[in-house]
Amino acid sequence: MRLLTHNMLSSNIKGVMNGFPLRLEVEKSVSKEVEFNSDFLRNMFPKIEWKALVDAARSMGYAELPEEAPESSMLESEEFLMKFHHALLELHLEEGALICPETGRRFPVNKGIPNMLLHEDEV
Amino acid sequence: MEPQIEADALKPSLPSFRTKEDQWKSKSVPYKMSARSAQIRLVSSHPEVYEPCDDSFALVDALLADRTNLLEHRPMLCMELGCGSGYVITSLAIMLGQEGAGVSYFATDMNPHAVKVTSETLEAHEVHADVVLTDIVSGLERRLGSMVDVMVVNPPYVPTPEDEVGRNGIASAWAGGENGRSVIDRILPIVDALLSKKGWLYMVTLAANNPSQICHIMREKGYASRIVVQRSTEEETLHVMKFWRDSEIQAGTKEQLTDNKTTPAVIMESLLSQFPCLAFWRSGS
Repeated sequence: MRLLTHNMLSSNIKGVMNGFPLRLEVEKSVSKEVEFNSDFLRNMFPKIEWKALVDAARSMGYAELPEEAPESSMLESEEFLMKFHHALLELHLEEGALICPETGRRFPVNKGIPNMLLHEDEV
Repeated sequence: MEPQIEADALKPSLPSFRTKEDQWKSKSVPYKMSARSAQIRLVSSHPEVYEPCDDSFALVDALLADRTNLLEHRPMLCMELGCGSGYVITSLAIMLGQEGAGVSYFATDMNPHAVKVTSETLEAHEVHADVVLTDIVSGLERRLGSMVDVMVVNPPYVPTPEDEVGRNGIASAWAGGENGRSVIDRILPIVDALLSKKGWLYMVTLAANNPSQICHIMREKGYASRIVVQRSTEEETLHVMKFWRDSEIQAGTKEQLTDNKTTPAVIMESLLSQFPCLAFWRSGS
């Protein structure tokens, strides 16, 4: 699971109001090289919740992203884009879990696949 | 807005056309490697996972037929609901390219074996999609709203008793309840929420699903539609439908047809975008 996907996931348990972002529990993470495309990154940027990405990257051991959401001028900086690229697309959570911030419920991640299936009482 | 209607969608009858149910009830049916599917190797399978079949091939053929439009469209995010073996999402990713080409992929399935098989299929073909084990898009719907540029779905469309719908295991690949519409009807509003302004949906349906009614439902939501691929046997007809937002339909400007200031070109475009559905409905299939 890449952090792009993590940025798009929220707790789907019935009644949960603050289900985003899910906290990461990292047992095994890996970095996989992905071809760089600045247009993709620039187009994706406005849709990303920045703090969620920064925190998630940090829990994966990557602390190079700026804390503050960058100004749009930063999107012209190749150096910034490469860090954004790495955090968003190259860091993978292979084994671990996503934790609902409101209920603490664990959504396991196995072989890079998050399991968001709910139990009957959660639907 | 689509520039042309699909005139020659009708393909010759396939004597070996199999519905999902046939495929799984006659277990000795061999997996046929046609020229279309030769590109995607069946690297992984599982008894509880739907293997690519005529409907999967039809969907990929539809995408291939529309490839030029898709490439021109420059989608950023593509998604498959119910990825099964991963055949369709893998084909799509090979066809359109990956992040280097500016495209990212998501795939979901509620069957834990299917997501595993999909991952293996993707990996074997050196393409990547983020795969999520979930019911339709549960967990993604809040953040992915209006973000998906291409959605592909081969839904459980076989008419079955309602209590067969959504059960664990392979039957969830085909069991569609009354008129085979149970899951399709759940999917449509979700797709509407997730598709971007320029978003396209490709969906497989049977004649038994009453596709003209589906078109009507989508039209109410502001979508035009056409049949991209059609496969027929004596018993049944399978359609791959394409839906896209149409600004005229959205604005409800079909009233303009009576406005004498409307140019003939506008009338023609309006009619043509409706034509495939009307033609289909009138043919009584």
